[in-house]
Amino acid sequence: MQAHLLSILIWLPIAAGIVVLLLGERHVAAGRWLSLLASIGALALCWPLLAGFNTHTAAYQFVEKAPWIPRFNAFYALGVDGISLPLVVLTALMTIPVIVAAWTVVKTRAAQYYAAFLIMEGLMIGVFCATDALLFYFFWEAMLIPMFLIIGIWGGPRRVYATIKFFLYTFLGSVFMLAALIFMYVKAGSYSIAAFQALPLTLVEQRWIFAAFLLAFAVKVPMWPVHTWLPDAHVEAPTGGSVILAAIMLKMGGYGFLRFSLPITPDACRELNLLVVTLSLIAVVYIGLVAIVQTDMKKLIAYSSIAHMGFVTLGAFVVYEIVRTTAQVQGAAMGMDGAMVQMISHGLISGALFLCVGVLYDRMHTREISAYGGVINTMPVFAAFMVMFALANTGLPGTSGFVGEFLVILASFKAGFWYSTLAATTLILGASYTLWLVKRVLYGPVANDHVAQLTDLNGREFLVLGVLAVLVLAIGIWPEPLLRIMEPSIHHLVTQAVATKIPA
Amino acid sequence: MHTFLHLVPGMLPAIPEIFLGFAICAVLLFEVFVGVKRPGATATFTLLMLVVGAALTVRYADVAHSMVLFGGMYIADPLAFVLKLAAFLCVAVALLYSRMYLENRDILRGEYHVLALTALLGIFVIISAGSLLTVYIGVELLALSVYAMVAFDRESGVAAESAMKYFVLGAIASGTLLYGMSIIYGLTGTLDLAVIATKLTAPGSLGVILGLTFIVVAVAFKLGAVPFHMWLPDVYEGAPTSVTLFVGTAPKIAYFALALRLLAHGLAGTSADWTVMLMPLAVLTLIVGNVVAIVQTNLKRMLAYSTIGHVGFILLGFIAGTPSGYTAALYYTLVYVLVALGAFGVILLASRKSFEADKLDHYKGLYQRDPLLALVMMVLMFSLAGVPPFVGFWAKLRIIQALWETRHPGLVIVAVVMSVVGAFYYLRVVKLMYFDAPPENLPATLRPLGPRFVIGVNAAATLALGILPSPLLDLCSRLIH
Repeated sequence: MQAHLLSILIWLPIAAGIVVLLLGERHVAAGRWLSLLASIGALALCWPLLAGFNTHTAAYQFVEKAPWIPRFNAFYALGVDGISLPLVVLTALMTIPVIVAAWTVVKTRAAQYYAAFLIMEGLMIGVFCATDALLFYFFWEAMLIPMFLIIGIWGGPRRVYATIKFFLYTFLGSVFMLAALIFMYVKAGSYSIAAFQALPLTLVEQRWIFAAFLLAFAVKVPMWPVHTWLPDAHVEAPTGGSVILAAIMLKMGGYGFLRFSLPITPDACRELNLLVVTLSLIAVVYIGLVAIVQTDMKKLIAYSSIAHMGFVTLGAFVVYEIVRTTAQVQGAAMGMDGAMVQMISHGLISGALFLCVGVLYDRMHTREISAYGGVINTMPVFAAFMVMFALANTGLPGTSGFVGEFLVILASFKAGFWYSTLAATTLILGASYTLWLVKRVLYGPVANDHVAQLTDLNGREFLVLGVLAVLVLAIGIWPEPLLRIMEPSIHHLVTQAVATKIPA
Repeated sequence: MHTFLHLVPGMLPAIPEIFLGFAICAVLLFEVFVGVKRPGATATFTLLMLVVGAALTVRYADVAHSMVLFGGMYIADPLAFVLKLAAFLCVAVALLYSRMYLENRDILRGEYHVLALTALLGIFVIISAGSLLTVYIGVELLALSVYAMVAFDRESGVAAESAMKYFVLGAIASGTLLYGMSIIYGLTGTLDLAVIATKLTAPGSLGVILGLTFIVVAVAFKLGAVPFHMWLPDVYEGAPTSVTLFVGTAPKIAYFALALRLLAHGLAGTSADWTVMLMPLAVLTLIVGNVVAIVQTNLKRMLAYSTIGHVGFILLGFIAGTPSGYTAALYYTLVYVLVALGAFGVILLASRKSFEADKLDHYKGLYQRDPLLALVMMVLMFSLAGVPPFVGFWAKLRIIQALWETRHPGLVIVAVVMSVVGAFYYLRVVKLMYFDAPPENLPATLRPLGPRFVIGVNAAATLALGILPSPLLDLCSRLIH
């Protein structure tokens, strides 16, 4: 079982999803329980993964390799390292709240809803586990189909516009990446990511490949100015869709930068790092300002996601500036550590915030901030959770949000005063939009009759938010285990990123 | 008698054509004696003939190496063997999907099946053509049969109009082909493609370019490449859907073979010339096909423009001009035919007596009316868009790979951008089926067990070949090398 652990992690949810689909709407209760069991099973399988993970090596672990397309030298090759393991666990974790949150809420085509999320869970784990670029792309694209259907079928009034926009944006980015991958295959004779990382490339080639990757990953992250699909998709998506989008899908962009851009095109990254850093800072500052004026809760959190993901790209690319100004590599790892922690932390916090909005939406059927006010009077327990996640979102020390942002700001201070100053504005902007949201929704007098009739969290909702709250605090107070898992891989990545691949 | 029997073993590789000639006569007679009394019987009999033909082909025409028969006129090679089997299968499935549709329109007649078989014979002749003469015979046999099929529903004015358009434009294309061939013949003094290949080894001579131009135009017309594509949307839209299904699938295999035998084999020496000619054609084809498809409101017409877009991809494989490129084009063709069969099949199954489900709006809420058909159509649309895990993805990947191998970055960019444009209108079909509510007054879809099962297999095959693409990729590669 150890030998095929990753395969089971990928295919168990997919198989369960297909069974749920076959059970159909008539046996939706059975399907629901099966979905829950499968998603908990997938999370349980992460335990041997974590327990058996060797934190002293940057090499892929739990590797599996079977010939897939011998003609292309492409393999069904899986493995995890310190960068992908936390994301795999995050994926397995965040699927459970999605299924629990839908329990009584999703009524139309419920079986398909669960099936779509289970299949997507398997595909997303596949993205993080694939060590063969072709397999990676296969999962990366296949995942668009369930998400397209999720937003399109269970979404809000403008769901069709949002979902087609989502699909085409990501598809456009991805096909350029595909072209770049095939180009490298033709050069290297293999689709193995390791072979791509070792492949010498001239600066011109690297620039083009970098541009293709940037397009693919920047859309996914999303970075300014290709972020516009995200607010639409988030607003229209059902709660579960928003949670998965924010918690996992955006991370794929960050993961792509770390796995592909930095190690495969290090020289182009060095040359163009200021571009990415600038875009990241624009995301942090400008999108932060945009978030303040939102009147829709989901849209506000969506913009906040973009701003927070700016830290991920900033942390990853500020490395070059650190090396340039301090001429040493040690400090560089801190930025990447920050980027990784920020991804995990944002996955938990944004997922939780979207679940909070879902809790309110299920009761009030509106996401307009102005429709709320004084919710704390009728839903005190809920309010406590929401305040906690909101504070985590602003980066309060003691929560996971603090660790990631702090590491990135600290790293960018090494790169230069202005980088860190601009990055640090998030502490003000993040606090502004998040706390103002909390103030308007939760505090004050009871705004209207609808709010007066609200009922507090039920056991199901409490459990979901409670587990997430514990994790957010745990990582915030004691991030050491997470950092230790990542350390060798980050170290290895930094050496790859600062090396040169231009053939002599 | 003895001498005749002596000849038989040498003719065995041509058994598909020989049997088909026999089958055409048999179906004609069967229609006269049995078919008139029992309308569906001829259709069943034709399917039986196709099965027998395929079985005989597998038994006798499976050749390990390339063989040349009838004084160079006829080539029997593994490629021809596989393409013929694919054409057999394709026509059989097409006829199976069409049966109820034809029955509902009172055109389930023997002649329809005879024409389908003569068209298939034309396809076979093109596939095995070893000389310019055989190429031309095959092209004409196929084209004339198809003209008649388009006009088969004589009550329909639109069908007659499209048949007329098709015929007039097709005749010009045939003339062009013949003219180009005559120039090549004049330059080389031979009709044999293998001999032409040894004589025309250097590009650049004015006479060759003149002949090539006409041949390329004819091939482009047959494939439906822009700017010679005008007939295609009208024919697809105007013909009875069963004929659209026929025209849109099996002949593509033949026209791939046409391009391969003529350009890649016979005129291989001048590939530097014809790849340059194909380049603007391919780019235009990709752009026009995909962009114009966006504004269509008729599904048949949309699929016609989508066909044009896919032809652009097939041409890109030829532009690469390497065995790898031809492999990519072959793979793309087979994959496209597989998916197109299903897509037009869905239209046939969604249509009823005196109701053509050819408007996009007819697919609104199809999921609620017929979940299986909607699922099949969704799979096929994602496959056409080139999204994994469906087989269409590998077809696009293979073409892009061939383009990179021959260093065509510009074409790669056009190809990937156009595949995104294409995704839009395929997604729209999915959107109509899954996200929209069904209108009130649409008739129920057809539910014959056999075709529905086959169309399910058809969709499952696009998924299976998408997850495990190796067998088909290997096969195509072995056939070309």
